[in-house]
Amino acid sequence: MALLEVNNLAIQFGGLRAVDDFDLTIEKGELYGLIGPNGAGKTTVFNLLTGEYKPNEGIIKLDGTNITGKSPIEINKAGIARTFQNIRLFRQLTVLDNVKVGLHNRYHYSTAASILRLPSYYKVEKEMNEKAYELLKVFSLDRDADTTLASNLPYGAQRKLEIARAMATGPKLLLLDEPAAGMNPNETQELMDTISLIRREFGMTILLIEHDMKLVSGICEKLTVLNFGRILTQGATQEVLTNPEVIRAYLGDD
Amino acid sequence: MKERAALIDRTSRNDFVTYGMVLAVFVIVQILSSAGVLTNQLQGLLVPLCVYAIMAVSLNLVVGILGELSIGHAGFMCVGAFVSALFSNQVGDGMPSLLRFVIAILLGGLFAGIFGFLIGVPVLRLNGDYLAIVTLAFGEIIKNIINAIYIGIDGSGLHASLTSANKLVDPESGVILINGPQGITGTPRDSSFLIGIILLLLSLVIALNLTHSRDGRAIMSIRDNHIAAESVGINITKYKLIAFTLSAVIAGFAGALYSHNLATLTATSARFGYNMSIMFLVFVVLGGIGNFRGGIIAAVVLTLIPELLRFLSNYRMLIYAIVLIVMMIISWNPASRAFMEKHKLGSHLFKKNAKAGKEGK
Amino acid sequence: MVTLIENLINGLSMGSIYAIIAIGYTMVYGIAKMLNFAHGDIIMVGSYAAFILISTMGLPVPAGILASVVICLCLGILIEKIAYKPLRNAGSPLAVLITAIGVSYFLQNGAMLVFGSNTKSFTSVIPAQIQTLQIGPFQVKGIAVVSILTSLVLVGILQVFINRTRPGQAMLACSQDRAAASLMGISVNNTITLTFAIGSAMAAIAGVLMCSYSPALTPTTGAMPGIKAFTAAVFGGIGSIPGAMVGGLVLGIIEQLSKYYISQQVSDAIVFGVLIVILLVKPTGLFGKVIQEKV
Repeated sequence: MALLEVNNLAIQFGGLRAVDDFDLTIEKGELYGLIGPNGAGKTTVFNLLTGEYKPNEGIIKLDGTNITGKSPIEINKAGIARTFQNIRLFRQLTVLDNVKVGLHNRYHYSTAASILRLPSYYKVEKEMNEKAYELLKVFSLDRDADTTLASNLPYGAQRKLEIARAMATGPKLLLLDEPAAGMNPNETQELMDTISLIRREFGMTILLIEHDMKLVSGICEKLTVLNFGRILTQGATQEVLTNPEVIRAYLGDD
Repeated sequence: MKERAALIDRTSRNDFVTYGMVLAVFVIVQILSSAGVLTNQLQGLLVPLCVYAIMAVSLNLVVGILGELSIGHAGFMCVGAFVSALFSNQVGDGMPSLLRFVIAILLGGLFAGIFGFLIGVPVLRLNGDYLAIVTLAFGEIIKNIINAIYIGIDGSGLHASLTSANKLVDPESGVILINGPQGITGTPRDSSFLIGIILLLLSLVIALNLTHSRDGRAIMSIRDNHIAAESVGINITKYKLIAFTLSAVIAGFAGALYSHNLATLTATSARFGYNMSIMFLVFVVLGGIGNFRGGIIAAVVLTLIPELLRFLSNYRMLIYAIVLIVMMIISWNPASRAFMEKHKLGSHLFKKNAKAGKEGK
Repeated sequence: MVTLIENLINGLSMGSIYAIIAIGYTMVYGIAKMLNFAHGDIIMVGSYAAFILISTMGLPVPAGILASVVICLCLGILIEKIAYKPLRNAGSPLAVLITAIGVSYFLQNGAMLVFGSNTKSFTSVIPAQIQTLQIGPFQVKGIAVVSILTSLVLVGILQVFINRTRPGQAMLACSQDRAAASLMGISVNNTITLTFAIGSAMAAIAGVLMCSYSPALTPTTGAMPGIKAFTAAVFGGIGSIPGAMVGGLVLGIIEQLSKYYISQQVSDAIVFGVLIVILLVKPTGLFGKVIQEKV
């Protein structure tokens, strides 16, 4: 059974069908790319998958469970985590705390325990710290993580922290919205290494939106090309990228 | 035990500085007081100073940690003040005074918390200025109704009226509890500087321990980016409510302390109106949004300034206003902030503010 | 029936005064994106100015009103330049809010020093022969009719100004996107100053009308009407001029009816209660725009 199954997904804003007749199947462990020209509806697909928008039509199934129309919180709990095109970190929290917010629903103690500093507070906080540092190490963000504010990290590190925070929620599927946007070639290379690392370490299934073709052709196994809210083509990366229709969509008709 | 020590080291050292500061002030005041240096005026200000400091802690929880604007916190204080005073009046000498006061404070906090919760459920989905105006409206409603209501009790139970105390209760056995605009009289004067300081410390422990916990992180994540918070599964409504309700509880404590320091408790604008809520907001903003210690310092400094300016008689409030404007401009104007940072100028308060501007901490 | 209609007219007239104040609030909010807590105190300054000029110095009523308008207009510009402009890029809306509170304290305590804290009895600017009017079966205060007409005229002028003149269009542009307006060559600073000037001038007119309606004048006269007008502006959807107008009128009517039919004491509670209910049903007010945050 596929990890993510999307059938006939559609959403309408006023008279505009931003996404229409969208199908997608992602197998466990796959690294899948969603590409297309600006305004094709890629981020809208992400927002539908994560519950920011409710679809007008269609079904989304994660690991066999129907999650269509659920709230972002429920969908995160069901196992989808995401990053954002314009970085959305908790800017005034430390790097460590950003990841610990990601761990929120996996570790529990009561409000009373936190105010009264009961033993459960110390025990669970310690576990959370260990888990958070474990994750931060994978992304090489563990240095001074408890004193550095997220807003003071360099740009590339902020993108990585956002991925780390998403990973902290323990997802089955990770959605990355233009992770390489605004990065220089060195940072992009480092990001590609990080993504490969996540797959190796955690066996994570990833769906990403990206414009950087070097990154897409370098790491994605399968692609779906979106144009004007509809699927232009989907399949193995090399086949898709050499498809004349795709080239036309990107470069325009001549 | 080791991890315990490590955690205290990292997250709580700063908190202990704050507790230490409060204790140090208490000790110094005690010494000055026994040396007879304090004027009667200053003696009389000690309890109100604690009340205002506690309100600064309470409001900082909403404005600084949750990141929402409330201009109705005097309303929660008002609830705490009246509920606790009613209780103490009813119990009278039937209980040792300390026990009576402890229960009164807890009841004040409880009822203010209930109000905070009931108000929070519908209004916390509003954002920004709309939330601010609704909190202002609630504060005014609470004050207005308490100021207009007559409540009495007799053999057949509680009675309330909006018009007058006449014929409200059976003249033989009945007592008027709240006498409309005359309010409540005869509340035992249980408040003291010592109890005020203990309550302030208690409020600080609640606020700081909450902030440095799983719940506190969730609350601050909503402040920083509510969309991202939702995306990692944070229940926004729940954590907004926790912050708002606890803040109201602390305001209720302050109210109880306030009412047990007054012979006559009335719900006038000067005591519980939006002007008071705004004054608490001034403490929070000037002390550094989200900085509990700064808020307390600002509360004390801003309460003492008019007292210290008393020799200026009529001009003092005018000068207070000018000081407030000038302080805000100096500490928040981008150019003056850059200048101060460059030359490492500025008092403690100003520096906290400058930091707040950049990091909001 | 007759009392109901008379009450409605009284409510409408108080409401139109609220509307004039609320429009000032809403314009400043729409363009400078700040809650000007000192707006209510400008009403008070305008009333004192009119009181001194007309009652004490014996100026003719129109000249006195005009002078008080000019005084408030200058005061509004001055406050904006000295207290608000340095904080326009402070990064926190709270900073300028607190400064506005400081300005409000300053104006109230300044008035206390200059005029004393005792209540002044304002002489109505309405000529004695039309103090009360008999319209059919209804007995109406002259000031009620004058207030309603004044607010209609002011809103009319304002609409023409905003939609037909270049400075008006600049205000509209600044309210929608300050950065873009600035790129189009609009002077944002001048536009904000103009907005404060207009808002303050309207506050002066509101002050004169209000004190003609209920003549007790103290340094805190403007505070509560200011807060209520702010409520009216939010009620109508803050930033919207028609919203402020409707919000003011509705608020005035609700207040008058609850004073007359329910209780004088709790009318404020009822007014604020209705506001809360409206906001819960329509979270951005009657005419407010819903701004969806883009993810």
